[in-house]
Amino acid sequence: MKDPELLYLVGGVVGILLIATLVTKILIGKSGETPTLVNLRQRVNAWWWMMLVFCSSLALGRTGVFGFYALLSFLALREFITLSPTPRGDHRTLTWVFFLILPLHFLFAAAPWYGMFLIWIPVYSFAFIPIRSALAGDTERFLERSARIQWGVMTCIYFLSYLPMLLYLPIPGYEGQNAKLLFFVVLVTQISDVMQYVFGKLFGKTKVAPKVSPSKTREGLLYGGAAATLIGTSLWWATPFTPAVAAGMSAMLVAAGFFGGLVMSAVKRSLGAKDWGRGIPGHGGVLDRLDSLLFAGPLFFHVIAYYFGTNMYDAYKQPQWMYDAMRLWIGH
Amino acid sequence: MTGIALAFLVRLATGVRLLGDIPEDGKRRIYFANHSSHLDFVVIWAALPGRQRAWTRPVAAAEYWEKTPLRRWLSTHIFKAVLIPRDLARMRSEDPLGKMLEAIDARADLIVFPEGTRSDTGEVGPFKPGLHHLATKRPETLLIPVFLENLSRILPKGEALPLPLMGQAMFGDPLPGPVEGESKHDFLERARDAVMHLSHGHLIPSPPDEGS
Repeated sequence: MKDPELLYLVGGVVGILLIATLVTKILIGKSGETPTLVNLRQRVNAWWWMMLVFCSSLALGRTGVFGFYALLSFLALREFITLSPTPRGDHRTLTWVFFLILPLHFLFAAAPWYGMFLIWIPVYSFAFIPIRSALAGDTERFLERSARIQWGVMTCIYFLSYLPMLLYLPIPGYEGQNAKLLFFVVLVTQISDVMQYVFGKLFGKTKVAPKVSPSKTREGLLYGGAAATLIGTSLWWATPFTPAVAAGMSAMLVAAGFFGGLVMSAVKRSLGAKDWGRGIPGHGGVLDRLDSLLFAGPLFFHVIAYYFGTNMYDAYKQPQWMYDAMRLWIGH
Repeated sequence: MTGIALAFLVRLATGVRLLGDIPEDGKRRIYFANHSSHLDFVVIWAALPGRQRAWTRPVAAAEYWEKTPLRRWLSTHIFKAVLIPRDLARMRSEDPLGKMLEAIDARADLIVFPEGTRSDTGEVGPFKPGLHHLATKRPETLLIPVFLENLSRILPKGEALPLPLMGQAMFGDPLPGPVEGESKHDFLERARDAVMHLSHGHLIPSPPDEGS
């Protein structure tokens, strides 16, 4: 972390967490260990750990970041598939998904081979999954089963992998500083979640979609979203944006995060569950924390690319070493 | 050492959690569970606290575990399995029930699967009489029901490679042994219900239509 601005961002988050820890301590000292406060303490503790792991991955450079997101992707997909009823006929398909499609995708991303990164899942995997399931010979609810696995792969692997891919986005005059962009998108989206939750608890009246997510209210979205947008705007100095653009980007992240959470919550409920898992105490599963980022990540990536008119030409080609390896193998 | 590492690996791969401490009351325990995967006893074994694991012995099929050197080594040195033949001729000469009682008398806890064989669908089949024999012949042992969730999806019958999905092992309160006048059938039904009860309705991997 040679970038002083990145250190300021980390310091800011540590400051917020210190305040949150202190406030939780005071509240628990005042009114004892009520279930809500115990949950709050669990959540704050989990935030410390998530922050620690996230920052360590950044400190390890590109390999660290891509490894970290590959692991997150694995954990998220594992939660997704655990909840989806997949019968015997899908066992082999899922073996390929977990042990080949996922690692190769992150390999293409880290290489970077942008062309393959873009199509590996939406083209190759999308075609391969139903082929392998059809070969297993089970036609019972075939379309639904394929769709479930494809959805899991699309959201948990493809969408999520756009976050580390931000490191490769060439922005004129911002070279070598992209880690802050990753920090920005994670920070604004997660703060937006927290703010929407807090403002929803305080002022929430009108539920947006009570059947899908009882905790999402219009007031929470408006006030919480506004607060998160303000925080995002105030961080413009760490981004390649002007304050106005930072505000627009933050507002977009808030909206994408909100709808990401809403959609993943609908998926979760359609599978008959309240939480994705029990991996993070106080939060539920890994996917319960990532759901908003899934939708915010790809959108953020491409909107920035349009805004700066950047193209990924250099990373589009197959990397030379991969080309050489294949030639060697074919014996050309 | 190998045992600790293996137990840790199994918990890591399946997401099964380590059980809290088990009271030291000098009583023997028989863990009985639904059976759907080769992972079943390994998972119960891995979920037990280290000390208990040392004297807990799974009851397993001799034909399977005697087949290759690796299996033989695992079953004798790591799991200390009580190997029970399924073959009728061998069953007569080796007295499976006697082997289990002997193990209990030698201060071992047992892991048994009263269904006998794994189910293909993940449903819980009827219980075989073995558990009733154990409970009547050694009435002072504690019968602990265990429900194993999702293991049939992690490693179904006939598959070699496990999927990295999340599973659970849920341990229940001891089941009261057979009471005066209770028929063998009723007791076995009650034992089966105790396992089903732990599943909180998650029992059968819901047929595809229920999930959506």
